[in-house]
Amino acid sequence: MSNGCPNLTVDLGGLVLKNPVMPASGTFGYGEEYAPFLDLNRLGAVVTKGLSLKPKAGNPTPRIAETISGMLNAIGLQNVGVDDFIKFKLPFLREFTTPVIVNFFGNTLEEYGEVAARLSDIPEVTAVELNISCPNVKKGGIVFGTDPKAAHEAVSTVRKQLNKHLMVKLTPNVTDITVIARAVEEAGADSISCINTITGMAVDIKTRRPRLANRTGGLSGPAIRPVALRMVHQVVQAVKIPVIGVGGIVRPMDALEFLIVGAKAVQVGTANFVDPASMITIIEGIEQFLLEEGLSDINQLIGSLEL
Amino acid sequence: MKNYKTIILSNQEISPGYYRMRLLTPGFSETARPGQFLMMRVQQSLPPLLRRPFGIFRTGFLPADCEGMPPKEYTEILYKVVGRGTNIMADLHRGDKVEVLGPLGRGFDVGDPSEEKILVGGGIGLVPLYMLAESLASRCKVRLLMGGRTRDDILAVTEFERLGVETYVSTDDGSLGEEGLVTRVLERKLDKYPRSSVYACGPMPMLEAVYRICHRRQVPLQVSLEALMACGVGACLGCVVKGVGHTEDAPRYLCTCKQGPVFRAEQLDWSRLGEEPGYCEGCKS
Ligand SMILES: Cc1cc2nc3c(=O)[nH]c(=O)nc-3n(C[C@H](O)[C@H](O)[C@H](O)COP(=O)(O)OP(=O)(O)OC[C@H]3O[C@@H](n4cnc5c(N)ncnc54)[C@H](O)[C@@H]3O)c2cc1C
Ligand SMILES: Cc1cc2nc3c(=O)[nH]c(=O)nc-3n(C[C@H](O)[C@H](O)[C@H](O)COP(=O)(O)O)c2cc1C
Ligand code: FES
Repeated sequence: MSNGCPNLTVDLGGLVLKNPVMPASGTFGYGEEYAPFLDLNRLGAVVTKGLSLKPKAGNPTPRIAETISGMLNAIGLQNVGVDDFIKFKLPFLREFTTPVIVNFFGNTLEEYGEVAARLSDIPEVTAVELNISCPNVKKGGIVFGTDPKAAHEAVSTVRKQLNKHLMVKLTPNVTDITVIARAVEEAGADSISCINTITGMAVDIKTRRPRLANRTGGLSGPAIRPVALRMVHQVVQAVKIPVIGVGGIVRPMDALEFLIVGAKAVQVGTANFVDPASMITIIEGIEQFLLEEGLSDINQLIGSLEL
Repeated sequence: MKNYKTIILSNQEISPGYYRMRLLTPGFSETARPGQFLMMRVQQSLPPLLRRPFGIFRTGFLPADCEGMPPKEYTEILYKVVGRGTNIMADLHRGDKVEVLGPLGRGFDVGDPSEEKILVGGGIGLVPLYMLAESLASRCKVRLLMGGRTRDDILAVTEFERLGVETYVSTDDGSLGEEGLVTRVLERKLDKYPRSSVYACGPMPMLEAVYRICHRRQVPLQVSLEALMACGVGACLGCVVKGVGHTEDAPRYLCTCKQGPVFRAEQLDWSRLGEEPGYCEGCKS
């Protein structure tokens, strides 16, 4: 700590980030939407909106509803598709030095493989984040993210097509998240991000109708933080690969909680909507905390939970 | 576009349930265009979690406090108290801190200065029309048709008059101006001034009626829409509306915060705009 600046660099198994803070997919657009409000070069990584093979229009409206300390969304994974992303969205991100992590999903195993193959060829894509938590149903009614066999299959399919760091994002909508975590580790994931949104519902008491056209949606924001923290804690114990904590992180102290239980990095989602500079505040707050605690390296804090 | 951590210069009730808030926003007026909006974080602590969108009513300068000091640049919003967020706002005072993100979205296209303009405001929908009137009034004839349920819903009309705008007021209960719907006034004005173009903002049923009238007469129309918003900058895709040609199989969604909130009428799928279930309280006013 000679010059007073603690080291914030983290190594996610070969994927080295200058600090452990990045946006959560779907809450930061393709990066350009928030560029007027914060310096993308200060982030550990940029994570883009979930992509599919073909463009996807998303769900009918209303798509969002505010709840106590959280929000429900049923956007329906609206996105421009992988080809238009590469052609029209990626060039903007090339201007920055920050690693780009591209989130994607498929409706079938073939689609997962196809999107992975296309992203594999693109040098500006540093890593991919595989979303197996989307509510799409594979033939035979198995959802990729909730069945360990299907999760294993999806991850191995992608692994075969991909020559980059493979992060796999888990859904919390399962009985035992460690079973899925072990399955994706075994299938070749390089890291795990958790959690995605928690399925929820809200009703307008006057009209007596669901507040989302889709009836249910994914809950995010501070409301889900304790659940996310518990699951990250469990997954850290269950696997050897690095874990990235996601869910309800708004303030520096929220991120610190995840790092202490063993997350090597964190993603900030809904908080971006509330304050576009929240990730910068979190990075600065982590640095400040390390100074106050007399720690010269963030890795001294990661996984320092006392039980 | 910027996030302003700023203070309130004033916050006053101007009619029962309606407030006018003035915020210190240096640099805002150079960039703010008629029809743009801002996202306000109503208090530092949570809840409420999300910011609230508000149209920019006007921007201006206060005289400097003392010699040598720069004049203070301010932005004004007008808002109706409807729920949790606006209730908190109504309790804020001069000197209180708030955060505003803006100016956001695409504003009105001011169009051909040789054409006469008719602005139609329903209740709080009047808000985005003031800056539009300001930018048009010196160049062409501008008429404002302002509708509300009762006299309490008629706001700031004298300010439009001060710009030289001809104003017509109607209320559903006849408590101020003409009794009846503002759309009836619109039809009469279009009979008399058929070459006008129309700009409207208000509750959805009013906008639909305005659309039908303008469509039938082939009069150009721009509307400013409201939608539920989480981010206001095009990142969440929560605020979309159906664009023209939308079908279940080939959905065509437009982003209200980024591609709007002002749309040319022909961009939108009017057959479906009114179908939205449980849309939002404000829109039903
Ligand atoms: C582009 C735009 C411009 C607007 N301009 C104005 C204005 O100038 N003056 C004004 O009084 N109102 C305006 N509104 C509506 C205003 O944003 C809502 O009335 C306000 O958000 C209600 O917040 P609340 O917490 O009091 O209500 P609650 O009902 O407690 O809010 C719950 C949630 O619903 C959202 N919401 C509720 N009503 C609306 C609505 N009508 N439109 C969008 N979201 C809504 C809130 O933001 C919040 O996320 C505008 C809306 C949009 C989209
Ligand atoms: C509007 C919205 C869109 C999202 N879209 C995606 C997506 O495309 N892919 C994905 O893996 N997760 C998506 N998520 C989930 C977030 O990345 C994140 O896992 C979740 O919101 C929890 O974090 P938070 O509480 O910090 O928001 C989305 C979340 C929100 C709120
Ligand atoms: S409000 Fe987020 S995209 Fe429009």
